[in-house]
Amino acid sequence: MSETLVDRAASATPQRISRRIRGLSDRAIAWIFIGPTVILLLAVNIFPLIWTIYLSFTNYRANRPGAEVEWVGLRNYQRILNDPEIWQTMQATAHFVFWTLFFQVLIGFALAWLINQKFRGNDLWTTIIVLPMMLSPAVVGNFWTFLYQPQIGIFNYIVTFFTGADPTSFSMIGDVRLAPWSIVIVDTWMWTPFVMLICLAGLRSIPESIYEAAECDRASKWRQFWTITVPMVLPFLMLAVLFRGIENFKMFDLVVQLTGGGPGSTTEVTSINLKREAFEKWRTGYSSAYAVILFVTVFGLASIYVKALNRVKNR
Amino acid sequence: MNRLRPISVALAAVIASASAAQSANLTLCWAAWDPANALIELSRDFEAQSGHTMRFEFVPWPNFADRMLNELNSRGQLCDLMIGDSQWVGLAAESGHYIQLNDFFDEQGISMDAFIPATVTGYAEWPKGTPNYWALPAFADVVGWTYRRDWFEREDMQAEFQETYGRALDVPATLEELKDIAEFFQGREIDGVTVYGAAIYTERGSEGITMGVTNALYNYGFTYGSPDNPYELDGFVNSEGAVAGLEFYKELYDCCTPPGSSDWYMSETIDAFRSGQVALQMNFAFIWPGVDQDANVGGDRTGYFPNPAGPAGHFAQLGGQGISVVSYSQNVDAALEYIAWFAQPEVQQRWWELGGFSALNAVVEAEGFAESQPYAQTFLDSMAIVKDFWAEPSYAELLLSMQNRVHRYVVAGEGTAQEALDALVADWIEVFEDEGKL
Amino acid sequence: MSSYSITEPSRGMKWTAGLLVVAYALITLLPLLWIMATGFKSTNDAIAYPPKVFFEPTLEGYVNLFTIQNRASAEQLAENPATTWYDRIVQDKGMVISGPSRFGEMFMNSVIIGFGSTFLSVVLGTLAAYAFSRFRVPLKDDLMFFILSTRMMPPIAVAIPIFLMFRAVGLSDTHAGMILLYTAVNLSLAVWLLKGFIDEIPREYEEAALIDGYTRFQAFVKVVLPQAATGIASTAIFCLIFAWNEYAFAVLLTSGNAQTAPPFIPTIIGNTGRDWPAVAAGATIFLVPVMVFTILLRKHLLRGITFGAVRK
Repeated sequence: MSETLVDRAASATPQRISRRIRGLSDRAIAWIFIGPTVILLLAVNIFPLIWTIYLSFTNYRANRPGAEVEWVGLRNYQRILNDPEIWQTMQATAHFVFWTLFFQVLIGFALAWLINQKFRGNDLWTTIIVLPMMLSPAVVGNFWTFLYQPQIGIFNYIVTFFTGADPTSFSMIGDVRLAPWSIVIVDTWMWTPFVMLICLAGLRSIPESIYEAAECDRASKWRQFWTITVPMVLPFLMLAVLFRGIENFKMFDLVVQLTGGGPGSTTEVTSINLKREAFEKWRTGYSSAYAVILFVTVFGLASIYVKALNRVKNR
Repeated sequence: MNRLRPISVALAAVIASASAAQSANLTLCWAAWDPANALIELSRDFEAQSGHTMRFEFVPWPNFADRMLNELNSRGQLCDLMIGDSQWVGLAAESGHYIQLNDFFDEQGISMDAFIPATVTGYAEWPKGTPNYWALPAFADVVGWTYRRDWFEREDMQAEFQETYGRALDVPATLEELKDIAEFFQGREIDGVTVYGAAIYTERGSEGITMGVTNALYNYGFTYGSPDNPYELDGFVNSEGAVAGLEFYKELYDCCTPPGSSDWYMSETIDAFRSGQVALQMNFAFIWPGVDQDANVGGDRTGYFPNPAGPAGHFAQLGGQGISVVSYSQNVDAALEYIAWFAQPEVQQRWWELGGFSALNAVVEAEGFAESQPYAQTFLDSMAIVKDFWAEPSYAELLLSMQNRVHRYVVAGEGTAQEALDALVADWIEVFEDEGKL
Repeated sequence: MSSYSITEPSRGMKWTAGLLVVAYALITLLPLLWIMATGFKSTNDAIAYPPKVFFEPTLEGYVNLFTIQNRASAEQLAENPATTWYDRIVQDKGMVISGPSRFGEMFMNSVIIGFGSTFLSVVLGTLAAYAFSRFRVPLKDDLMFFILSTRMMPPIAVAIPIFLMFRAVGLSDTHAGMILLYTAVNLSLAVWLLKGFIDEIPREYEEAALIDGYTRFQAFVKVVLPQAATGIASTAIFCLIFAWNEYAFAVLLTSGNAQTAPPFIPTIIGNTGRDWPAVAAGATIFLVPVMVFTILLRKHLLRGITFGAVRK
């Protein structure tokens, strides 16, 4: 089994030393090393997951410890899938995920390309640009509510400075049409640097010789960009999209602090909706079913995407 | 078993007296806000007198309900004393989180008749209307209004208002009048800045918009259920009057509030008022002492008035809390001692002086009370007209549905008022059905 | 060499690119600067309408952040004249300090839970990563994916059973509970990152050590660990940043005792209305360590945030 280096080393060394190496077999070491991790993950991840699946078939409520728990079969799932409000939160989530990815990829790639022009001081400015994404989204989201206040925040005044519109004539969080964009803006502000960094790694991985060869073939810069730069960066970009997609599908802290799901339920993304069901209404059984549906969705979408990613990579 | 009982009672008494003598370490749980700081100050006297030490666990309002109900549901021993929100009393009583205080009150000679009747119903009773007490009214609170008296008194404003509306610019007697005033100030230039009409509750996440909209709903004819059957909702929650009330609140929001006031509760409305953005502000009475002291708008510049009447009545949303003993506490006796101490008239008087709104008649009916602070009379008038939200064990679900339906209509502008309230009735029926009450 | 390269961007190109990037960086920095500036404003300046760019700096926000205050009567103020600069700031508003606020405690909770869980996840992560890197572990790929998958689930969904479990075993609102939970979440990052770092250490070093008579365990401690030190350090900082910034679990599973700063800061409320300078002061104090780490980490940044998928 573990014939790798230890055996090779052992066979190449005198008997006496080999016994010492085998003092603790490699397999034992492997399990001792991996054991704690697996046990912790079983206890904090797998066991709860199984429990969630069990609860999803009951009408259990965590705030009524004394009440009788009934087996309700698939009723929770039926209720969720037939609830138009849940579809609405899915739509809100989809809007958020799509547009944040769109802007982050666009701006992130452009920035990476500009930084890759290797002007002086590009390292310093890259570090500055990266700062927002290292901060706590809850704290940032909370503070953005202040920045978005039409009268006392600066966001509207900055928009006024560039466009001349009256700062109090619009309200980012309060307007049904603008609120979905208000969360997109903050998330884009925070996470564009993430996409930028990955694109930058992609750009820097392209060997100069390819461009030199293209230059010899008299390919225009424009053509070089589309036939060399973009395809070479694409796998990196797709990886960035995967990470951001998963993160934004889970999004909770930033949005809950920024809009609390409002106005109405315009920005009520699934995590907020689930939090209300699970920890405010305390429909534990029902929200367990909800959680299971979300697991399946994330894993399903992610694995399809990873397949596509691998295909692009192997091209 | 029966023969053993006297012994165990005696034993319990011995243990209790021993622990009382040993001086307990009491934890009191409440919301983190200005009155809580005053309570720390007040409680120093208790510590000095009783020898017990007090610890305080104050949770900020947005998380207060989540956190504390969680604590109670998990039978936590963190809190010995809980100043819990008025709507929790049903849940806490039915799940056995609070200790019933009737016997203790009898023993100590504390009479609920000594407190403002609305606070007894609102904070202490469950089921409502029965003499079963689970709390002692601790902090009386009610939604009312503050207004910029300095703006109201300007002659140019007076004249222009008279001309436009045919009456003097003064404290509104009805909600319609309030809207006129708000409309009058909306977008007006005062001292070089644009100001707005009214700052009202619109918060989505916890209970904000419900605590605001009810002030209009009640006065236009909304009731939680039929007078005979509290769970008969259809035709009461969504009555014609209720629809008119909800429409009124939306009109007020649309015409006369500052831009961006779509997710405002207690602290945002006060910010707007203090920074001179608005002429009128809806808020709970607890903020009034702070407004009175404020450097920008304090003193004579601000006046106070109770929620104005509507076509179908005159009510205001009740806030405030009672103080209860948590049944999972290890220090029940010391906690009861605290309540007995807190109920004393002198302590209540001092509570008022420190900025706590006492619910004791002896304090609020005392001679000179109404003049003791500029807002004291408004507080009294408001406490006479209060009405509260559901206090059912399932209040949280009822509240979440109301937040959702009302916010969607008022702020997001979805559908009509009738549709919103019809949907609310359906939501509430579902909750009561799950609960087995329907 | 590159000055002769035909692919080197032109001077004009560099200038334009530089200007655009600097412009973006300045815009991106603006909200952060505004947060920091607000921390030094008076309460009234912070909510000034229209907003004030120039203001008289004060430490009021920081004082409010760390203290609880009470309204005081004129006599009380006269009786207790201010002795320190912070007393003076508070008394100017007609208040007296009645005690420390809970911000210090919450900040310490963040430190304890952050460092505790980081330590645990790095130790467990290093061991597991070494085993994954060097040995044939049955179902290795499945296990690795399983470890990663724990990071893909929405925290709210994970929190439902965790909440019930913690409640049953008495771990809710305890430091131990939060450390365990964050360790479990961070382990995935730690294992993936560290496996990448350890993969890069040539096996020959260990083989040489084994031949010299070291046991496998000695070889791991004396040869691999020193080689992986940089990797371990940067993994540790990434785990710390996650635990430091985490909000969803903290808000659902902790209250007074083990609450960290992220759920606490947004709820700082003043005596009247929102105390924005105190919120900003709290945010600043909380954000500064992360900013410092970011600057220190810039070389490993990419690897850390992509689970080791991208190396630079």
